[in-house]
Amino acid sequence: RLCRQLCTKAMTPLSQKSSGTSDQLHQPRCVCFLCSKENFDSIPDLEFNPIRGKIVHAFFDKRNLRQESDGLADEINFEDFLTIMSYFRPIEMNMDEEQLDRFRKEKLKFLFHMYDSDHDGKITLQEYRNVVEELLSGNPHLEKESARSIADGAMMEAASICGPDQVYEGITFEDFLKMWQGIDIETKMHVRFLNMETIAHCY
Amino acid sequence: CIASSSSTHPLYPAPFFHYPPSSCTPPFPSPTPLSSCTSLCTAPPLPLIHPLNKQPANGSGEGHAKPRKAFPVLGIDYTHVRIPFEISLWILLACLMKLGFHVIPSVSNIVPESCLLIVVGLLVGGLIKGVGEKPPILKSDIFFLFLLPPIILDAGYFLPLRQFTENLGTILIFAVVGTLWNAFFLGGLMYAVCQLGGPGLNHIGLLANLLFGSIISAVDPVAVLAVFEEIHINELLHILVFGESLLNDAVTVVLYHLFEEFANFEQVTIIDIILGFLSFFVVSLGGVFVGVIYGVIAAFTSRFTSHIRVIEPLFVFLYSYMAYLSAELFHLSGIMALIASGVVMRPYVEANISHKSHTTIKYFLKMWSSVSETLIFIFLGVSTVAGHHYWNWTFVISTLLFCLIARVLGVLVLTWFINKFRIVKLTPKDQFIIAYGGLRGAIAFSLCYLLDYKHFGMRDMFLTAIITVIFFTVFVQGMTIRPLVDLLAVKKKQETKRSINEEIHTQFLDHLLTGIEDICGHYGHHHWKDKLNRFNKKYVKKCLIAGERSKEPQLIAFYHKMEMKQAIELVESGGIGKIPSAVSTVSIQNINPKTLPVERILPALSKDKEEEIRKILRNNLQKTRQRLRSYNRHTLVADPYEEAWNQMLLRRQKARQLEQKMNNYLTVPAHKLDSPTMSRARIGSDPLAYEPKADSENLPIITIDPASPQSPESVDLMNEEPKGCGGLPPSPEEDEEGLVMRVKEPSSPGTDDVFTPGTGDSPSNQRMLRCLSDPGPRPEPEEGEPFIPKGQ
Repeated sequence: RLCRQLCTKAMTPLSQKSSGTSDQLHQPRCVCFLCSKENFDSIPDLEFNPIRGKIVHAFFDKRNLRQESDGLADEINFEDFLTIMSYFRPIEMNMDEEQLDRFRKEKLKFLFHMYDSDHDGKITLQEYRNVVEELLSGNPHLEKESARSIADGAMMEAASICGPDQVYEGITFEDFLKMWQGIDIETKMHVRFLNMETIAHCY
Repeated sequence: CIASSSSTHPLYPAPFFHYPPSSCTPPFPSPTPLSSCTSLCTAPPLPLIHPLNKQPANGSGEGHAKPRKAFPVLGIDYTHVRIPFEISLWILLACLMKLGFHVIPSVSNIVPESCLLIVVGLLVGGLIKGVGEKPPILKSDIFFLFLLPPIILDAGYFLPLRQFTENLGTILIFAVVGTLWNAFFLGGLMYAVCQLGGPGLNHIGLLANLLFGSIISAVDPVAVLAVFEEIHINELLHILVFGESLLNDAVTVVLYHLFEEFANFEQVTIIDIILGFLSFFVVSLGGVFVGVIYGVIAAFTSRFTSHIRVIEPLFVFLYSYMAYLSAELFHLSGIMALIASGVVMRPYVEANISHKSHTTIKYFLKMWSSVSETLIFIFLGVSTVAGHHYWNWTFVISTLLFCLIARVLGVLVLTWFINKFRIVKLTPKDQFIIAYGGLRGAIAFSLCYLLDYKHFGMRDMFLTAIITVIFFTVFVQGMTIRPLVDLLAVKKKQETKRSINEEIHTQFLDHLLTGIEDICGHYGHHHWKDKLNRFNKKYVKKCLIAGERSKEPQLIAFYHKMEMKQAIELVESGGIGKIPSAVSTVSIQNINPKTLPVERILPALSKDKEEEIRKILRNNLQKTRQRLRSYNRHTLVADPYEEAWNQMLLRRQKARQLEQKMNNYLTVPAHKLDSPTMSRARIGSDPLAYEPKADSENLPIITIDPASPQSPESVDLMNEEPKGCGGLPPSPEEDEEGLVMRVKEPSSPGTDDVFTPGTGDSPSNQRMLRCLSDPGPRPEPEEGEPFIPKGQ
């Protein structure tokens, strides 16, 4: 779990836009803090981000929040926020192989959920196309065809990696893992906070 | 950091190699070539046509005064061509040596090339000495002005920017603090040794020792490159050591000049030290600034070179070299200027220039840097034999020892400090490799050679010590690093092919992390990178990249590159190869779960040439709305897998097409449509060869250039048939359309934000053809790759 102190500091811009319980935010152990999608949308820096929809969605995705049910939560509290942020922990030196592997799987699962928008456990061609289209959405003059062809090419590549029998239904999580084998996600997917002392308290 | 050499004679260029006059060779700056040359002829016409002759009257007068000799049919005039001749001989020797090492592979597996070259230099030097002549010593001017820049430019232009910027903090700390530590530690200890060392060493002052320390403490980029390239170590370590060797030039320059000046002073005041400290910032940042300026100018110039493609590479080289020289002019760090200019100009220049120019740049840089490196090492060997040496056991041995100790200590302490801030910590194994990879090389030698005898009488001793350290690091460390890397099981470089998936994921991850950082309100690495990218896209690219390419997103560019690369590989492998078969047989059945009849494949295989071309053309059309719609109408839009199948089919067709028809360089369709790219076109970098049709304003122009100029495969684009079976007779209407296509070869992996000339909406007849002539750069120089595709 990420350090609450740390996250309170980080949460200030978000909290300024949250509804209601602002007076309770000053307590580091606030659990009454509630946040909804509108709060996320009002963050100005996110405007330029082409995949902001998916990012915001990911915060509310119940699978990421480790809840049993499926679908989207309407609001998340501080605990949930921390849950999401915990996916972005940097790795430690003293982790053993098994921990490292679990860590990696968690992060990749988070990514997988972001790709898989209809929550069916597979990334279909259409979903992949959505991803690519969103990535390219910053260029207004682009045609859909390019996004489509890129996604098709990527799917075919995935087909060659994962073995041909798997892909046509969609990329499952195992295939996803295979695709990411070459890239060491543990080192890449992390957010580093400047305040190092608080990180020391976290583990 | 170069002292200007005084030219001995206004006419003749200063001798490249310091040939002490001997009886064998005539005194060089001789104003009367006639009298000194070994020419067999003294005929009157000679002086008139001799370009360097200053005294034609003399000669002709002489001629008239003497009795007439027979007209010389054959003569020898060695001094006329002496300098270029000797230079060429040396370069030829270097290249033949390189050739030799690869012909005999067994030796080069054990011994790194640099060692072999030094040995060759020793042999050659010994040979020259044995003959009686004095072998040449590598003059610092030549080294710094001619031999070093190509290597640095090659390194800077192809610097893997992503890894470099990610590890910039670490690299800077190693470069700056590490070098300072090495210099002072070594200088101080050597001073102590000198004081205790007896009468021979007592007179060497503290400053002289500090100067010596600063010269020898710098890790040498040439040596590091030479050794590390062969061991294929993982990218992190490679960029750490290499980056350090590049960036410590600023420190070396400052320290060198500082101590050189101080050695003249009676007393060193605090002001001098503060000024020295300031000068470090001036030197490094000034160098970078100069480099950036030249880089921007080069990028801007390349924007307008669309009509004179042939000299594009020259712009790159000249601007970079000017950056280097300008920095050296002001005693700034030339190496940093060179690297900054290469890094800055690269994305924009690559977006602007043609593919042949890009290939030219790449190969010229590799060629020059390779030759330079070889020459440097050979001359190290020769200079060892030729130089004046003064061997002092204490000095040399203690230098060697303290160098190693200083390096190890420095790396250990710095890593401990750096690891507090790094996410990916440096393990002890990494630290060992970093410490072990601190090789010294020719820069140290040249710097020492520049020292003035007047102020530094013990220069010879320094020189000897430096040469010993260089030999030790290059031979011992260079030879043993490879088995050590294997022994310690250090992670090697992963030969990952850059796939489109990876690119998508990387970009996705970048955006995701930026978004998270924005949510947290934390302005981290990603946030600033994103801001820089946006600024770049909005303002800079518009200025520096010509035309519509400035708007092309990176993903599209990358995708095109990938396609191109695959296509090239396909053709170069000489056949349809595995891709179509794998894709066709396997993927068809899988990507296409519905009962697409297998018969569809067969007609495709037996399709007519026209049909293939039609399909290819259809896919490679310029992006106009009509084309799009026609394409969509004819394909089964409803089924996504069908589309994928179509594309794969096209790919196969294209491959076959290429294989059959390829006799030229490839180009690639220019636009962002679906592009299994690949089509053939004429080599078009020469604008004269390209003739746009006046009447085909809106039509894509395809210039297929087989042996016969009249392409038999002219097709009617408007009458395409959707189904694969059956062919339409080629319609004579749209005969000889030209398709202007553009291609871009993939950049080396790891480079960020490489913009390629891609697609766009500009009218087709304004497009320049670009050609691709090789499959694309890889991290290591592709010496084994055929430069020209097989079909050539």
